[in-house]
Amino acid sequence: MSKITFEIDGKECTGKAGQTIVEAARDNGIYIPVLCWYEGMKPAGICRICTVRVGGRFMAACTTPVAEGMIVENEIPELEDMRKAIVEMLFVEGNHMCPTCEKSGNCELQALGYRYGLMAPRFPYLFPKRKMDATYTKIMIDTNRCVQCRRCVRGIVTKDGKHIFSMTNRSGHSTIVADPQLESKMSDELAKKAMDQCPVGAILKKEVGFAVPIGKRKYDVTPIGSEIQK
Amino acid sequence: MARKITIEPVTRVEGHGKVTIHLDDNNNVAQSRLHIVEFRGFERFVQGRPYWEAPVLVQRLCGICPVSHHLAAAKAMDVIVGAGTGDGLTPTGEKMRRLMHYGQTFQSHTLHFFHLCSPDLLFGVDADPAIRNVIGVALEHKDLAVQAVMMRKFGQEIIRATAGKKIHGTGAIPGGINKSLSDEERDEFLKGADPLNIDKMISWAQAAVDLFKDFHSKNKDMIDNFAVFPSNHLSLVRKDGALDLYHGVLRAVDSEGKKILNDVDYQDYYNHIGEEVKNWSYMKFPYLKSIGKKDGWYTVGPLARLNTCDFIPTPLAQKEFEQYKAYTNGKPNNMSMHMHWARLIENLHAAEMIKELLNDKDIQGKNLVTKGKKVNEGVGLLEAPRGTLFHHYKINEQDQIVMANLIVSTTNNNEPMNRAVTHVAKSVFTGKPEITEGMMNSVEVAIRAYDPCLSCATHALGEMPLEVSMFDARGDIIDVKRK
Repeated sequence: MSKITFEIDGKECTGKAGQTIVEAARDNGIYIPVLCWYEGMKPAGICRICTVRVGGRFMAACTTPVAEGMIVENEIPELEDMRKAIVEMLFVEGNHMCPTCEKSGNCELQALGYRYGLMAPRFPYLFPKRKMDATYTKIMIDTNRCVQCRRCVRGIVTKDGKHIFSMTNRSGHSTIVADPQLESKMSDELAKKAMDQCPVGAILKKEVGFAVPIGKRKYDVTPIGSEIQK
Repeated sequence: MARKITIEPVTRVEGHGKVTIHLDDNNNVAQSRLHIVEFRGFERFVQGRPYWEAPVLVQRLCGICPVSHHLAAAKAMDVIVGAGTGDGLTPTGEKMRRLMHYGQTFQSHTLHFFHLCSPDLLFGVDADPAIRNVIGVALEHKDLAVQAVMMRKFGQEIIRATAGKKIHGTGAIPGGINKSLSDEERDEFLKGADPLNIDKMISWAQAAVDLFKDFHSKNKDMIDNFAVFPSNHLSLVRKDGALDLYHGVLRAVDSEGKKILNDVDYQDYYNHIGEEVKNWSYMKFPYLKSIGKKDGWYTVGPLARLNTCDFIPTPLAQKEFEQYKAYTNGKPNNMSMHMHWARLIENLHAAEMIKELLNDKDIQGKNLVTKGKKVNEGVGLLEAPRGTLFHHYKINEQDQIVMANLIVSTTNNNEPMNRAVTHVAKSVFTGKPEITEGMMNSVEVAIRAYDPCLSCATHALGEMPLEVSMFDARGDIIDVKRK
């Protein structure tokens, strides 16, 4: 595989052909925030929090392949403020009650809020009317918290390749649902995987909660991104 | 001219409330009431949430003793997940929760006595409000203030080690606990640098009891005669009659000590306890069904607990308990200001219990959770610092909470607090042409004895205006005084 040389914020980086900017940046110890992107999953470019500037144009780093001589701007005030605005928009357009959410401490949206020093959103809260769907067998779907990243839609499949989750409704009302029949046959491992892959607390595995004590959760000690940054 | 006096807000209590005192044409007290003016709504918005979320969600009722709500909800969920009540948990699960609870009792009782109540005792109810506060205590009695801060810190650190955070942790989960105590955590509490170790805490808790007894010996008239009225008393007691703040059976005695609720299983509390609604307060009025709405009201909290239990299962607190009981010849104590004495004896007991639990090997076990056959309803009770706390939940087949009923300690004390207010209002306001600062504060002192948590909400230290409005018979304001 041929080696590609490119630049992020003035730092010389190397990548492989076919790698996206996000992937190559991670290999070079540079953190570009992501929400809908998940390691090993086909990127979809939905959330746009990974937006970088390449040659003066805004691009989704999770879907843009690296190219020889590419000049990427990542951690610059303009982009950081846009990313913060995206996090704020996600907070105000859902109903995110971190104090009582079992994903708190493991939640990527919350962790990004902390990373960007989000004290109060610049946008008004929408307080949408959304429901908690507990009709499933293995999981609950709390649509109050869904950020429509589609990680579950893309990444949770049965052994014979059937997708358990899909989107329903349109525009601001779109949210995730699960196929009741496929969901009821999910293994405990797959249900746990669905919960773990969800960046927020929208998918909850039934009958367990708060099992990991405070202090041992993913982002209790170090902020999101610190595992990548060198 | 008939007048109405309003004391709003009532200060140095948790949350917000107001008192109205109606005087007739001869300045006699016609009626007095403690109004609870906040509405929280937790019973409603917990509905629809998954049952395992309840212990973390409902503790947001309060920032002072959230552990009480956290554990009461967890105990109810123990029943729901088939882990049974109390002794159904693993030894590590139960003892870690007990440690959490005694840690919070220690910090809460300390907070109440030193921060909220001691200004009245040290400076007197007539003292200038500018010094009659916790800052005044810090300036005039520095050693005492340092003790208060350190004792509270110790209790908070126990909570952090067991629940994960000092306020609003996640330690208790349905069927057990999510962590045990490490060697380092245990040793920090047992052998920590002076003064933050358990032996120093026990000695300071003992000194606080002695401080009260000394004050009592010099102020018998006030302590023994202020807001004294006969009451029923209710609390949990251990099956053998011992004081137990975490688990037990429900017992109530009348003002003479006769058992009127004889060690019943609290899963059936609704067969024994009713709740009456009145149109002038958001707080309900619980009563013993066997006696009825009129006379079935009861007191909860430290005074009630020492009236219902037969003994205290730790040596130093038991010794103080014997002296305390001897003062009333073994009969129930109905003196409101003795609530402080009882609270400090409990504080000493909490410190002794913390030491006992820290030295228990089970606290470091690995078997944290137990579960059995799930049922759709559970009740969790415990003795919160302010009194018996009831949590009752029902869930549906999809694991969502569909019903919640919470009777918080201060709700249980609603009627006794109103009686205390009336009692004091009649003795200090009757026939007096003018309202003084001391008179107003006397009413607050009576309420404060119950350590009420009026909203179960976080209480901020800062400027707390007291406004007294005088109304004529037509309801028009004729005078307003603020401090």
